[in-house]
Amino acid sequence: MTLDLVHFTPLASLCGGVLIGGAAALLILGAGRILGASGVYAGAVQTPAEVWRWWWLVGLVAAPLIAKLVGNVPAPVFTVGPLTLAAAGLLVGFGARLGSGCTSGHGVCGIARLSPRSLAATAIFMTSGFLVVFAVRHLAN
Amino acid sequence: MVRNIVALFAGLVFGLGLCLSGMYNPQKVLGFLDIAGAWDPSLAFVMGGAIAVAAPAFALAKRQRRSWSGETIEFPPTRPIDGPLALGAVLFGAGWGLAGVCPGPALVDLGFFSSSAALFVVAMTVGVFVHSGLRAGLRVRRPIAQDA
Repeated sequence: MTLDLVHFTPLASLCGGVLIGGAAALLILGAGRILGASGVYAGAVQTPAEVWRWWWLVGLVAAPLIAKLVGNVPAPVFTVGPLTLAAAGLLVGFGARLGSGCTSGHGVCGIARLSPRSLAATAIFMTSGFLVVFAVRHLAN
Repeated sequence: MVRNIVALFAGLVFGLGLCLSGMYNPQKVLGFLDIAGAWDPSLAFVMGGAIAVAAPAFALAKRQRRSWSGETIEFPPTRPIDGPLALGAVLFGAGWGLAGVCPGPALVDLGFFSSSAALFVVAMTVGVFVHSGLRAGLRVRRPIAQDA
């Protein structure tokens, strides 16, 4: 393992993390709900009558537009083709529902409230992600 | 009303956090997941910062019955670490590793008018409905899975 010091952004990432934690704090104390992106999104599309989830989505999608007014935010770089992207989306959507959460729900909120299920889920999906990237980048070539 | 405003700002602040931390960018997430290559540990700093702020808020929320909007504060029911949790996490992690995209960043990237993000979100939505369809088909008698 070598450290990628060119792209490593400890301060910006820590501050961004503080904002993400702040958003989770706001939603639990202000609206009584846990900020899990997959859960809130699934609720928005499957029970549209609860409009607060759509307000959350509006805020989320508006964020880059506002961020671009203040600073330099380059467009995201997707590194895989459409077929892989579609397969990944299917796995992420299905897996997050079956596993009751994703990076924000388990990895941030669940760990923050010391949920054993979330600690286990985070350990498992991180390991799975590490292994898949290792296979794609280092075994396939 | 209060709940919708809180949700709007929670979405906005969450999205700004993803933008500032760089995690809206799949390339940067893959830099974290590639531990055998040139490893970018930034994502660990994002999670550390987020957990440090969220933990006291959840500790406070556990001692309160109602949120500012007057709704009851809901936590997921305590359940054991079971097969669906493990299998779901394996599949989720595999998809995350394939593209470097998870649900929050996928949604935030819609704000960049990215067609790749749109494709990912459509596929993710299909995955959500496949899950609920399978559950209904299997008639699994479990309480409805809460947002973790």
